[in-house]
Amino acid sequence: MSVDSVFVHKMWNDHELSKMVSGGVPFAMLSDGGGRVGSVYGIYDLDAGVEMRGRFIIDPDGVIQGYEVLTPPVGRNVGETFRQIQAFQLIRNSKGTEATPSGWKPGKMTLKPGPDLVGKVWEVWKTSMAFD
Amino acid sequence: MPEEIKAGCARPTGGPVGEAPKTAPPVEGAPVKEEKVMIKVGGKAPDFTAPAYLGGKFVQVKLSDYLGKWVVLCFYPGDFTFV
Repeated sequence: MSVDSVFVHKMWNDHELSKMVSGGVPFAMLSDGGGRVGSVYGIYDLDAGVEMRGRFIIDPDGVIQGYEVLTPPVGRNVGETFRQIQAFQLIRNSKGTEATPSGWKPGKMTLKPGPDLVGKVWEVWKTSMAFD
Repeated sequence: MPEEIKAGCARPTGGPVGEAPKTAPPVEGAPVKEEKVMIKVGGKAPDFTAPAYLGGKFVQVKLSDYLGKWVVLCFYPGDFTFV
């Protein structure tokens, strides 16, 4: 979503993005002229008249599980967004009985919070696991 | 799901997804307060409708139409920007 019109979205998709992604952008390119939706989400810059690089993960119940906002010159890490969605999906499937520690990726160990884990995280999780 | 567009512009519906907009009656003599929805993790996303370009068509998209699915909502400064 940006403040550009759907007509500009079409030109950008047809003349540039479709050269990067075969078939063009597969999802909706939303238009928010005036920044009314961006204002509600807190990422519209009134002075510049544009929207910041905000990214919101919304679950199937419509609940915001996470967000990230960057100023314009720095691009996002899409892989990190996917990792977070995979973590939130795992938590949802476990009905909250599991948690993903720092550095978790699909396939890595999860934590089972409960009385037995109190004071014992150091035994099952090492700081190196935040980076591997 | 998305319907082919009639003319329109993006607007928040005034309520969270899946719920009716909250329309509080104005209180006589109360100071005018700017309506500000606070975004909070663990809270409902503000619902909205917005025109969109999707698969060669202009359509109108409503966030609450995507209930039951995971949604990534991305904002960016402008088309033809570099990153």
